[in-house]
Order: sequence, then structure tokens, then C-alpha cells
Amino acid sequence: MTGENPLLALVRTYWTPLALALILLAVTVLVWLSGDGVLARTVTDAWIRAVLVVGLYIFIGNAGVLVFGHIAFTLIGAYATAWFTLSVFKKSFALNLPAILASYQYPVLPSAIASATLAALVALIVGFPIMRLSGLAASIASLAVLGMFHTFYTNWPSWTMGAATLPGVPLYVNMWVALGWLVAALFIAYVYQRSRFGLALRATREDEIAARAAGVDIAFQRLIAFVISAFFMGIGGVLQAHFIGTIAVKNFWLGLTFISLAMLIVGGQRSLTGAVVGAVTISAIVEVLRRFEEGVQLGPLVLSVPLGAEELGVAVVMLLILIFRPSGIMAGREIPSPFEARRRTRFLEALRQDAAKPDAAPGE
Amino acid sequence: MTGFVQNAIDAMALGSLYALVALGIGLIFGIMRLINFAHGDFIMLGAYALIVPSSAATATLLIGAWPTPLLIFAICLFVILVALGTERLAFRPVRAAAPSVLLITSFALSFFFENLVIMVYGGRPKAMNIWAGLAEPIIVAGIRIPMLQLITIAVTILLLLLLVLFLKRTPMGVAMRAASEDFRMARLLGVRANRVIAAAFAISGFLAAVVSLLYVAQTGVLAYHMGVPLVLFAFVATVVGGMGSLTGAVLGGFIVGVASVFFQVVLPIDWRPNRDVFVYGMILLILLLRPSGLVKVRAVEERV
Repeated sequence: MTGENPLLALVRTYWTPLALALILLAVTVLVWLSGDGVLARTVTDAWIRAVLVVGLYIFIGNAGVLVFGHIAFTLIGAYATAWFTLSVFKKSFALNLPAILASYQYPVLPSAIASATLAALVALIVGFPIMRLSGLAASIASLAVLGMFHTFYTNWPSWTMGAATLPGVPLYVNMWVALGWLVAALFIAYVYQRSRFGLALRATREDEIAARAAGVDIAFQRLIAFVISAFFMGIGGVLQAHFIGTIAVKNFWLGLTFISLAMLIVGGQRSLTGAVVGAVTISAIVEVLRRFEEGVQLGPLVLSVPLGAEELGVAVVMLLILIFRPSGIMAGREIPSPFEARRRTRFLEALRQDAAKPDAAPGE
Repeated sequence: MTGFVQNAIDAMALGSLYALVALGIGLIFGIMRLINFAHGDFIMLGAYALIVPSSAATATLLIGAWPTPLLIFAICLFVILVALGTERLAFRPVRAAAPSVLLITSFALSFFFENLVIMVYGGRPKAMNIWAGLAEPIIVAGIRIPMLQLITIAVTILLLLLLVLFLKRTPMGVAMRAASEDFRMARLLGVRANRVIAAAFAISGFLAAVVSLLYVAQTGVLAYHMGVPLVLFAFVATVVGGMGSLTGAVLGGFIVGVASVFFQVVLPIDWRPNRDVFVYGMILLILLLRPSGLVKVRAVEERV
């Protein structure tokens, strides 16, 4: 491919995150133009969920190991950003923090990065023992980590207000902020999965023993993905906190674990596109069912479903998708690339030409 | 000394419950590599079946008011049917899929059952009493022992013995052990996959029913999320014990139970709410030292 336009080369290399980012941007712009405030909140929520799902994907998708504990990092991120960004008055009122946190209010972006970094650091520490375990044991052990942080944060009133809801987190997250972080997550996930580390980890996913024989240190490679993934789980928590304005430990427990994992599996855990598609699909289904719960005007009729049908509906839809399409909607494929298509046509063309030549037939 | 004996009995009783739950999860895991998160909801459904379905704040006994033998039979039958139903409708279609898909299916089922219960019974916890007499302690040599704890321990030992007999002596038990050793080979040798798996689910459901009766008699509270802590600790117990080993599951269950009571007793009062942090931490430590769990199983490791 010598002499190719460098910009075009860049587009071809980063096609997957670029195309996804453009589609997400288009949706955001459309919603913004529609001026529908409720829809805008729904979309913001969906983008935040998508950040979490991409965070999960960075580890689960590349390592092929399911983990349940990742919401612990979301919990850590959410509370950390509150420690940084609550106003000094609110901090003195609700929490009992050390002076360096208590007497300043920090700007939001550095706080977001610092909070997510804290989550990543915790991942580095707890990941060290867990990454040595075999697949399913690692899944369950990570659940133990979530259990640990859940219990600890519930009983840590001086920093978290315990089981009570911590109010007054500054609201600054809207569609655009969530979209910005989502796009960042997409690009970093993509750069990682194409790096030598990502490729080594994917090799262990396909065949642990062969990868080990080829000199891949499985525990080390998994730990790298675990830490990057925890960073974005932390960012997801930060966004959630600054979107809703309140934080409660109970919101970062099995419900969120389940729904974010479900999004990943339904979309297809083996591709970045799958992660995004899953997050968007489940968010859309939840939203539709929620509207039905409130009642939908259809001519003279008001259609409505009983309260609680939303969760029930999500569970049923998920079960159906899993039963009929166990590898998820995308089944490991990325968004189709025009460059790939061209290469494939060219390849098929070459095959056909070869077949047309009588002297090139095999065995002669 | 008396304090020690009382704590030891507490620990054994709690460990027994965890061991029964871990066993119900371990049986199915051994055969089809499914970690059944919905097992906790089997327990929860068994308990809710005791009362009249309504969203009223107070619970009215339904099956719970029946004579004891009939009550036990009805609840066991009900939970076994639920377990068999989930196997047939949800797990059989995805049986060939990756373990992660099986797991998330069980997660979805759990979500489904919990929300179903919220819809029918309402989301608030309900107080309920069965077998109130069993909470009375008996006094042996100056030690007060709640009758229920002794029954829990005795029932667990009995069930473990029965299960061992079943697995070693009956054709179905042998088929089940063969299936958890190497499922494909067992099928080639004439073990029927559907029947073995259904039998495993039936036994697992039976164990869940027993746990739900013992647990609800002990706590006297119904809640849609009541199965979750049990199943979380049981998961951890199966990992500590060594995944795929039934002995390991039982051992792990007792270790987690004993550790919970131990930390409850040993920790200073201020730290007691954080007891579970220590239990989980201890488990991570065990896993750090023995990544394959206490009882290592060859069948779980991939053959080259």
C-alpha cells in the first residue's frame, strides 16, 4: 500500500472506532436537534452505560474471562469524584475527609481522571492475585472483591455517608460529555486491542496453552487489560455521579453488574462493535418498556403494561437473545469496513481469474 | 469454654447452610460447567411459596400452615419443579454455548424471578414465622443451644450421607459422576445427557428447598433478595474448595461459615459491620496461596 494518502491510511486503520464514533455523534446531534429533554437524558444514560460496557469489554472481550467485580471500580470512581468535587461546605457538612480533600474543591476534569486512576490502582492491587486464577475461579473471585468494597463502603460513614445517599455532586454531565468519554474509551480500547499486549491477550483467549507455549505471560497480560478496563469503569462511575447528582452504594451492586454484563453479552462480547450495539440495544428496550409502563397513547387507546414489567421484559428479551443467538447480536464481528470489503472483492476477483486459467489448475 | 462451644455450634450451623447451597451449585457445575446464579432464587421461591401470593404488607401462611410433613413435601416438590422448568426452558437451549453465556443466562433468570416476586408479592420484606417452637433453645450442661441449629447440622449430615450413597451406589449417581468426569465420553458410553442433567437439577432444587425452609425458619423474614447473600458466599465456597469437586464445595461451605462466625467473634465491635470484608479478604488470600482451590480437580483443567 505504498503511496497511499496518509489520512486515508489512518482512517482505514482506525475504521472501527471512527465509524462507531461518527454514528454515535450523528445520534447525539439528531437528539440535540429534536430538543426532546427526556430523550436527551435517556441518551446520556445510554452513553454512560456504553462507557461501562466498553470498559468491561476491554477485559472480558480480549481475555475471554467473565468478571463480576468490575462495578467495584465504578463505585470507587463515583465516590472519589465526590471527594474531589463536592463544594467545601457540603464536604464539611456530610463527610469527614482529610484536610487536602476537605478544604478544596477541585476542577471536574482532573478529578475525573484522578478518580478513574484510583480505580485503576485498586485494580492493579486486587488484580494481582485474581489474574493468576483460572477463568471461572477468577470470575467468582472478582465477585468477592465487589462484595468486599460493597460492604466496606456501606460501613464507612466518614467518607461515604454509609448506606445513605450522598447528595450534591455537581451536575455537569450531559450527552456531549458522555459522548466525549465514550469516544475516548472506544479509541483507547481499539488501540489497546491492536497493540502487542492486546494481541497477546487475545491469543490467550483463543488458546491458553498454545499462547503460554509461545511465551505469553497470561497473568501479566490479563493484569494490563484489567487495569485499563478498571480505569474506564471508574470513568463510568464518575459520569454517573455527575449526571444524577447523588451517589448511593446500593446503586453499584448486582443490579448494575447484571445489566452491564447483559449488555456486553447480548451485543457480543468478542467485538468492540458488539459492546456498543449491546449497550444501545438494551438501553433502547428499557426505554421503550418504561414508556409503556407510563402508558402509551395509541389513538383512543392507552396501552400500558403493569409496573415492574420493565425489568421482567429486559430479562425475557435477554433470555431470548441468548437462546437464539448465543454469541450475541454482532457475534464477534466489527462494523463492516468499506476497505475490508474492497480487499475481499479484490481477493475473490483474483481467485476467479486463477480458476479461469486452464494451466493454473492444481495437480498439473 | 461454654462460649467457645456455642460459637462452634453457630459456625457449624452456618457452615452447614453454606455447604448445602454450595453443593447445589457444585452438582450442576460439575456436569455442565454452569455456575447457577439462579440457585439463590430457587431458595427464595421456596420460601415465598409458604405464603399466600399478594402484595399485602403482612404475610398470610398458605403452604406454611399445612402439617409439617406435608409442608416439607410440598415445598420440595415445588422447588424441584421450578428447577426442572428452568433447565428445560432456559438452560437446555443454551447448553452448548460457552460457560459465560450459561452464566449470564442464569443471571437473567435470577433477575426474572426476583422481579416476578416483586410484581406478585411486592418489594418489601415480610415477617413470617414457621416452626416457632424450634427457635427455643435447649440447655445442655449450661450451654444454650437453639434447637434449629442442631436440626440444621443434623439435616446437613443426613443429606450429605444420602448424596454420597446416591452417587456411589445407584446407576444414576454413577452416571452423574461419569458425566462430571468427562461429559462427552460419558455420552458416548450411553449416559443420557438430558436425564443426567435433569436429575442434577432435581437434586439441586431439592437442596435449595431444604435450605429455604431451614433459612426462613431461622431468620423469619421473606425478601426477594434473600437468596443473594447465600449464593454469593456459596459461589466463593465452591471456588475456595476447588471448582468441580463436591467434597471441595462442602469443605468450602464450612470454611466460609466458620470464618464468618470467627470474625464476628474476634473483631472489635466497631469493625463488626465490616465482617464480610474480612471473610472475602481471607478467601482472596487462600486463592493467592492455592489458585486451584483446596481440592484440585483434574477434569476442570483443559487437556492438551
